[in-house]
This record gives sequence, C-alpha cells and structure tokens, in this order.
Amino acid sequence: MNITQILFWFLSVLALVSALMVLLSKNPVHSVLWLIVVFFAISGHYILLNAQFLAIVNLIVYAGAIMVLFLFVIMLMNLSADTEPQKNVWMKLAGTIAGGCFLISTCNIVYNAQNVSQEIAAKTALLNQGNIGLIGNLGKVLFKDYVVPFEISSVLFLSAMVGAVVIGKKEKSNV
Amino acid sequence: MPIQYYIYLSLALFSIGIVGVLVRRNAIIVFMCIELMLNAVNLLLVAFSKMHYNTAHLTNAETTVGTEGQIFVFFIMEEAAAEERDGLAIIVMMFRNIHSVDVNFLNRLKN
Repeated sequence: MNITQILFWFLSVLALVSALMVLLSKNPVHSVLWLIVVFFAISGHYILLNAQFLAIVNLIVYAGAIMVLFLFVIMLMNLSADTEPQKNVWMKLAGTIAGGCFLISTCNIVYNAQNVSQEIAAKTALLNQGNIGLIGNLGKVLFKDYVVPFEISSVLFLSAMVGAVVIGKKEKSNV
Repeated sequence: MPIQYYIYLSLALFSIGIVGVLVRRNAIIVFMCIELMLNAVNLLLVAFSKMHYNTAHLTNAETTVGTEGQIFVFFIMEEAAAEERDGLAIIVMMFRNIHSVDVNFLNRLKN
C-alpha cells in the first residue's frame, strides 16, 4: 500500500464516521462541526484526484460560508440538546431500514455490474496526476464555453439574495 | 484507485444523508443532510471525470476530456450556496412564527 491508498482509506473512513456523527449528535452545534469535518475529508479526496480548484472552492464555499451561516442560525435560535425534537423509536427504525435498503440495493447493482463486465471492473480514477482539474484549464473552459451559464448563475445568486431578504424581513404586526 | 471504491463511498454518504432526512425532526439537521447528499454526488462526479480522463489520456496526452464534469460540480456548489441561503431564511422565519424547528409542526400550514 502506497501513501496515496493509505490517504484514500483514511479520508473515506473519516468522511463516513463524521457523516454518521452528524446524524447521531444530539446537539445541533456538534452536528455542524462534524459536517465541517466531512467537507474537509471530501476536499482531501478532491486533492487526491488532483482537482485542486474544486478542493479550494469546496473549502471556501461549504466549510467557510455555508457552515458559518448554519452556526449563526443555530446560535440565533439558541438550540441545544435539550430542545432537540425526537422522533419515536419506530419512525427512526423505519427510516434506517429504508436508507439501508437503498444502500444495499444500489451497492448490489454496482457489484453485479463489475462481475458481468470486465471492462467496467477495470475502470480506475486517475489519482495524483492529470491537469484537467487545475485552475488554468477550468478557467479557460468556464469563460469560453460556459460563459452564459456562469452569468446566469450570478443572476441566480442575486435573486437568491433578494429572496432571502424578502423572506427574512420582519412582518408588520396586525397587517 | 478503482472507480467502484468511489461509487461505494458516495453511495454510503448519500444513504447516510437519506437516513438523516428520514430520521431527524430538526429542520436544520434535515437541511444539513441534504448538503451531505449534494456533496456525495459532487465527489462521484469528480471521480467519474477523472475516470474518463484516465482512459482518454492514454491515446492523447493533451486531452481535456472530463473537464465538463468538474464544471458541473462547480455549478452544483453555486446552486447549493444559493439554495442554502433561502432555506435558512425560511427556517428562521418558521422559528420566528412557531418558536420551534420541528418539521412536524409544519402540518399547521393548512390553517
């Protein structure tokens, strides 16, 4: 096992364990902190795949902006483990079984596919090399071929901002 | 690294997100699990993009096959940021009105 494989397994286990801890934490603040760990692990995966631009964007946008916003909202609401609403045990069991069935059936599809076709089983993702994920290549494609979607997404951001302000505005009482 | 490992990892993360949405009643946790599912899909898209690049660059070293996958991930991240802002605004408004983030209270929408 070389260092890349060790890192792959370490990051995978880290991502899965922290994703589980997001669910299992009673305190919402702890959930947010575990989710930040998940995002760091996924960014590590992007770096392993040499998608450096996405790794940095993932850290800035998700771990930086979104998670801070989550923390602010949770602190604003003063939530803690005591105020945490709980579903009853049967609902939890049903939800877990439903998710487990999804996981088992989809994993079974992948497992069967690689048994049926040698071509699929031999596919590998290139680690550590390849320059399609570097910012030079992505920037060229983004501003040449995908200019219109890029600009439209900025309009989407603007409308989302206006929407958030309109929704979050305090209503006048007894209108 | 075989692509199956990435598929299994993404499926596991996605399933954890699904279980979270079904099991938890806190609207914020449900929202975070949706972000988790989006991230699982992003990881799979990047892995597939590198898989296509891997087969293409054996014949042509200068190829840029697979760039679209990473562009797509970039747009998904932008969309998630926009969606998340509006979603949190809705949750804050809901908390202001009913003083709880319990999604079961939302059936009072019918009144």
